[in-house]
Amino acid sequence: MGVILEVKDLVVRFYTQEGTVYAVNGVSFELEEGETLGIVGESGSGKSVSSLALMGLIPSPPGKVESGTVNFEGRDLLQLKPDQMRLIRGKEIAMIFQDPMTSLNPVLTIGTQITESLKLHEGMNTSQSRKRAADLLDMVGIPDAYRRLDDYPHQFSGGMRQRVMIAMGLSCNPKLLIADEPTTALDVTIQAQIIELVKQLKDEFNMAMIWITHDLGVVAGIADRIQVMYGGRIMESGSSHEVFGDSRHPYTAGLLGSLPRLDSSGEEKLIQIEGSPPDMRNEPAGCPFAARCDVREQFELQRCWDERPPLETVPDSNGDDTHVMSCWADIREGVAQNV
Amino acid sequence: MSSEAMTMTMDKEKRDDDYILEVKDLKKYFPISAGIVFQRQVGAVRAVDGISFHVVRGETLGLVGESGCGKSTTGRTILQLYRPTEGSVKFEGQELSTMSGNELRQMRRKMQIIFQDPFASLNPRMTVGSIVSEPLQIHKIYNNKKERQQYVEELMEKVGLNPYFINRYPHEFSGGQRQRIGIARALALEPSFIVADEPISALDVSIQAQVVNLMEELQDELGLTYLFIAHDLSMVRHICDRVAVMYLGKIVELGPVDEVYENPQHPYTQALLSAVPVPDPQVEENRQRIIISGDLPNPANPPTGCNFNTRCPVVFDLCHQEPDPPLIEVRPNHYVSCHRVT
Repeated sequence: MGVILEVKDLVVRFYTQEGTVYAVNGVSFELEEGETLGIVGESGSGKSVSSLALMGLIPSPPGKVESGTVNFEGRDLLQLKPDQMRLIRGKEIAMIFQDPMTSLNPVLTIGTQITESLKLHEGMNTSQSRKRAADLLDMVGIPDAYRRLDDYPHQFSGGMRQRVMIAMGLSCNPKLLIADEPTTALDVTIQAQIIELVKQLKDEFNMAMIWITHDLGVVAGIADRIQVMYGGRIMESGSSHEVFGDSRHPYTAGLLGSLPRLDSSGEEKLIQIEGSPPDMRNEPAGCPFAARCDVREQFELQRCWDERPPLETVPDSNGDDTHVMSCWADIREGVAQNV
Repeated sequence: MSSEAMTMTMDKEKRDDDYILEVKDLKKYFPISAGIVFQRQVGAVRAVDGISFHVVRGETLGLVGESGCGKSTTGRTILQLYRPTEGSVKFEGQELSTMSGNELRQMRRKMQIIFQDPFASLNPRMTVGSIVSEPLQIHKIYNNKKERQQYVEELMEKVGLNPYFINRYPHEFSGGQRQRIGIARALALEPSFIVADEPISALDVSIQAQVVNLMEELQDELGLTYLFIAHDLSMVRHICDRVAVMYLGKIVELGPVDEVYENPQHPYTQALLSAVPVPDPQVEENRQRIIISGDLPNPANPPTGCNFNTRCPVVFDLCHQEPDPPLIEVRPNHYVSCHRVT
């Protein structure tokens, strides 16, 4: 299996009237063919911005990709001209968004919207593209597909609209699908339907996938690898078994501890992470999580404030050398070893 | 703290027959009207369609279900923010649904609400101090401005806000802090019963635990009773003593939280619980999901027979013919409304 996507040192900033927002501060990751990467983070962690950046969708101004490379099949996407990028977007890399009501055009029928990319990328004529669109809708589980091509988005329910979005994303057999919180706006029973559908289609189409979410539960079931982001940086990354089963970063551990579990009666108090997410208008000199970190507080680690910890392989990683984290301390020992 | 709250703290032993709230056959229909000049009613959205339950003093009752199932409408109808179409709501033995506005205002000292969206539920033109002290002014609790301010500062401290910020405006706070302001406002009149309408859904994951822990601490300290409305089933298991599952305006299952989660009887509860993801890849790999197809039916036009028959995986003839049966006690305090179970 080859590497399909390689992101290196991505830096994205927004220059606003209230000051510079340091949205993504040096993010690097790789994605293999057919792999599912789950990017987890809270609002403002930079998870959506980094994926928009690699699609060339950062609104500029105010946004700017300051530096970094995005290598997709031998090309640096950040260097491509807008019309070259347009040939890749929707065809080789497709994206589905959180809110299908705002990302579908309300005044066009869904048939028009699905066939648009088929005509553009595949050079199909109207009847061919309508037939293919109906097949796609059928595949994502929309009954009576051919007739429903002439319906408008408001005539579909939330779950059905998300299915339309998925059909649209898959229309040109993309190699990579980026799903940005695709189930957040949906109820749990509908979320389960969509997750099941995406899993099955991913195998059928043999795509790689990036699934962006704030819900650790959702990625636990779907992702091969997990990447936890905070303050525009990667805190921890590794196979989902490692990240969930052997969390090494205080933020990951805190996040997992703060979640109640459906499968156990919750008598004990939830672990809470103190404070609130960082103001991204200040670029922290050290670790972005330092202000809320209980390990830093407990051992009064000065280094966390002063220096950014590098993203390095965790010690004793059960043979998984892709399990990396960015922290000066080793929470297993209860003390900071390399401080 | 008042002596009333003190005695309640001391008398924290829950008595199962001490109902703080009793709801009987509660219905709330919202009319659908047509016509421009001569408006006439052409139908009704049956948001809450005949539900009965009680809340024991000092407990937390969870009300769960998907969007559109009527859980928020239930909470608001109990507080008479919506007047019920039919049915009775008794709070501490007094019937609320027939009370006048003035009488209700007096009752609201004892029952308060925390809203979901901490951005929309705080007036952006009022300072924290005036938001939290407004209930005190309305009910003329402190005539002395200084005493009132002192009490507001105490409240802010109690919910984990720095009293120094008393003159700041809501936009200067983060989501979690705003929700704390909402909680302080709800606590100002020392209520005994609080409806928490999705109090954590709008918050970041790391902030949710802070607010939930705060709510639990306040419950222990002040002897509060909560009606906790939520769609996050994991959090409901953590915070609630009993849980009621709603579907299309009706309660389909009701019981002690561990009992319902470990031994769900209604097919909807089973599907709902199996759909909730667990943050553990090992558990997820081995889980059997019950995926129910389709969407929630339109509450203006519910299906004939049992409400769930359009999506139910174990549907049979009777479900299409007979409306859903009344809640039946299958185990002590565990009630289910299903033709399969009778």
